[in-house]
Amino acid sequence: MNMSHGQDLNRRDFIKISSLFLAGSAAMSTQIGRTLSGNGDALADDGRERVVHSFCEHCFWRCGIAAHVRDGKIYKITGSEHHPLSNGRLCPRGTGGIGQIYDPDRLAHPLIREKKGGKASYRKASWDEAITYTAEKLYKIKEAYGPQAIAMLHHGFGYTFFKEMFKAFGVNKFAKPSYDFCCGPSHQAFLFTYGHEIGTPEGIDIINSKYILFFGTHYGENMHNTAVQEIAEGIRRGLKIVVFDPRFSTLAGKAEKWLPIKPGTDIAMMQALMNVLITENLYDKQFVAENTVGFDELRAEVERMTPEKAAEITDIPAEDIREIARNFARYAPAAAVHPGRRTQWYADGAQRSRAIAILNALAGNYKMPGGMVKYEKYKIPKGAPHHYPEYEKEVWSKYPLFTDIKPENTMGSHEVIQQAIDGELKALFVYGVNVPETITMGRKTALKALGNVDFLAVVDTLPMEVTGYADIVLPECTYLERYDELDGGRPYRTPFVALRQPVVEPMFDSKPGNQIARMLADKLGVHALEDDVETYLDKKLKRAGSSLEEVRKTGVLLGKPTDLYRKTGEKLTFETPSGKIEIASSKFRDAGFDAVPRYTKHPDAPEGFYRVLTGRKPMLTFGRTANNRFLNELPTARENEIWVNPQVAAKHQLSHGEQVHLKNQAGVVSEFPIKVKVTERIRQDAVYMVHGYGHYFKKLKWAYGKGASHNQLISNYDIDTSTGAVGFENNFVTFIKEA
Amino acid sequence: MAKQKNYGMVIDTRVCVGCSACVYACKSENSVPEGYCRDWVVQETNGTYPKLSMENRSERCQHCEKAPCVTYCPTGASHYAEDGTVQVNRSRCTGCKACLAACPYDARFVHPEGYVDKCSLCKHRLDQGLETACVSVCPTKSLNLVDFNEPDQEALALMNGKEVYRQKEHAGTRPSLYWISARNKPGV
Ligand code: SF4
Ligand code: SF4
Ligand code: SF4
Repeated sequence: MNMSHGQDLNRRDFIKISSLFLAGSAAMSTQIGRTLSGNGDALADDGRERVVHSFCEHCFWRCGIAAHVRDGKIYKITGSEHHPLSNGRLCPRGTGGIGQIYDPDRLAHPLIREKKGGKASYRKASWDEAITYTAEKLYKIKEAYGPQAIAMLHHGFGYTFFKEMFKAFGVNKFAKPSYDFCCGPSHQAFLFTYGHEIGTPEGIDIINSKYILFFGTHYGENMHNTAVQEIAEGIRRGLKIVVFDPRFSTLAGKAEKWLPIKPGTDIAMMQALMNVLITENLYDKQFVAENTVGFDELRAEVERMTPEKAAEITDIPAEDIREIARNFARYAPAAAVHPGRRTQWYADGAQRSRAIAILNALAGNYKMPGGMVKYEKYKIPKGAPHHYPEYEKEVWSKYPLFTDIKPENTMGSHEVIQQAIDGELKALFVYGVNVPETITMGRKTALKALGNVDFLAVVDTLPMEVTGYADIVLPECTYLERYDELDGGRPYRTPFVALRQPVVEPMFDSKPGNQIARMLADKLGVHALEDDVETYLDKKLKRAGSSLEEVRKTGVLLGKPTDLYRKTGEKLTFETPSGKIEIASSKFRDAGFDAVPRYTKHPDAPEGFYRVLTGRKPMLTFGRTANNRFLNELPTARENEIWVNPQVAAKHQLSHGEQVHLKNQAGVVSEFPIKVKVTERIRQDAVYMVHGYGHYFKKLKWAYGKGASHNQLISNYDIDTSTGAVGFENNFVTFIKEA
Repeated sequence: MAKQKNYGMVIDTRVCVGCSACVYACKSENSVPEGYCRDWVVQETNGTYPKLSMENRSERCQHCEKAPCVTYCPTGASHYAEDGTVQVNRSRCTGCKACLAACPYDARFVHPEGYVDKCSLCKHRLDQGLETACVSVCPTKSLNLVDFNEPDQEALALMNGKEVYRQKEHAGTRPSLYWISARNKPGV
């Protein structure tokens, strides 16, 4: 058999490689590696076990989990049978909570930065001291410069209490980096086209679909549990998958057809598909006539993008483009183009997502089995409103099509960074964002911002790079040790409200975010978070028709399944300005942008350089899991590799498994070397690496120095001037061989 | 008396994404020591750019009907259980490794505590009427537990009309793991 390079895991190798770190992580063995003796294994129901239902925090999907506790320790995490997003199953990361809670590197105490004789160091502080210090700094900065001099960067579900605290304090500059470079533009694109967002989980009826096109979406490597479950079920039922991706991804491995498209040319491909649908009269004419506006504008725009023209741009033969467009039409309305996630690659991410939205409209698949659907939310009646101060502005972003319906994002995270660099921001409060390795203007820019603010506070569970720059570090306990806000805001097939509840007591001197935020609010003298968290959750659950006591049992409260499909003759309405699906978007037009998506060329790699494509491994969520010894144990998880086509390898005399440094177009050289993976699975003009490796903070004892950092190699970024999103795929690298 | 069980697996490689959730679930369920695993994932790619194909497989002990590990075990520690699985009696095992050499599937390892360990098909769970840890976690339902003595099972029906193989059949081991090839078209 011709085994591919690198990916294959030979168990003897595994044992050999892995036993190397056995000694180094002995601390973990005592925590999770309880050895069982005798013939067979210990029984789960020996009376010492208890199971707590909660939800996962290893990614935003937030699946329901069942945490199994024995002798006071969590020894395994399984998928909750009750939660609609897990259906009793989990992705690998979901099982990995034990590696997070029992991480020996966890932040154990509040830390205050001190400078003695020009040298900065941290000292342990009591919570009282830490809270007083933080509140005092925030208060003084607000007094001196106004509330607009303070911003919070946040990621993860525990931020809500800090948001409440800040709102009561008059601060509402909030940014979640994932808006900028992940789903923001896609949300906006669907909102402006259909009047509602595509959602999380995305509103595509995958299990009933016959034909789905994916553009660079790496399901299977992106383990969004329910979506992966649905794709598998779809395949069992006969779903045909088409993947456009410069790399032969795992999903491409499932596809009927893999099209190794030239990176940066997706919109040209989408236009060409539209061209075929229109010129060959294959689109759903009745649906388009009744439910859309702007079709003629689209026709005029895509007329020039013939399959032949697109073939030159995209490297995909014209006959393939025709065949796919015809198949798409043949299977419609049980056909869809999946919106994907992390779709912000260049400055035209929103337009690219608009093109996806439009292709779905041309298929007439809205509210049809196997097409685009609109899931519903579990509606919790609102409680009495808090009386927060009036803000100077509700949305701070300067970008005209930035979201104004997501109060967790009032500006782009890159705008926060820019304002910090410009001196407009004086204090940064960072909740769960490892700024130097997350912000997609690259590490260097992020560090400039961190260095420029007067006060930097960090709330986290682990010593991430950002904690090394903080004035104060507030150690939060992990998601397995705390309550958080209810997860009730998301539409799905079965609308639900989910509860995060503590499985075990907080370890060390860490505290739940809800308590940290309350202590800060009290110290600042503002009235947020009036009730303790249990009372608060109970009141809210009572409004939802249940109670905390009740929901604690299964961790979830279910609503009536969404009625997904159109009835015959049903008149559709859309909450867009025109009340129709806006093929030509009035929002984009009114703001001075192209009303229908247009292809623009992105720069090619300089000679000898290769475009850096990124993605993830199924067992890791970037930084959040980087130090997780349980999840990182497999050799496939421990470091990232740089994927290189054999032709490129030959040109640069690279051999499989060799360590190289990467150098980008601006001369930035990766701090750590990275292993070369020579593989047929990638085009010759691009290389691929998984984001979230190459940590340079020594306190992350496990993750330190493993693989290369992608964020470090970002020197170039493109801002979408409509939605304020950031793309970073116009970065290129070459190889520096070890001397 | 209840009909005797004869457990095995039908593994649908068409849907497996190689995520390794099965490996982690097994490790925590069975307290597999660090540096070892009872199941592991193989991602096999064939062909040259741009004509490539892929198969993902979650592999483990094949619970063979004619298991060379049992044949070659000098102490009787490796044995057939009544439910069709192959088990190791830890107190009898001397860690001599005869079975490691005999197993064509490389499924066994010496546990740091001195005995040989491998996939038990989660016998402790089967005995309680539960599915194995890897089967229960798998988000794609690639892994299916079957009882070959029970003909009316969805998982057995899953194989109908498809290209199905067993690994290293020439070794005469009669493995209880059946693989639905990734070459099968969707929905067949
Ligand atoms: S998809 Fe995985 S990481 Fe994300 S919430 Fe679900 S189990 Fe957790
Ligand atoms: S959990 Fe399932 S999909 Fe993931 S690797 Fe294992 S068998 Fe494959
Ligand atoms: S059946 Fe149990 S012991 Fe065997 S691989 Fe699966 S989880 Fe591990």
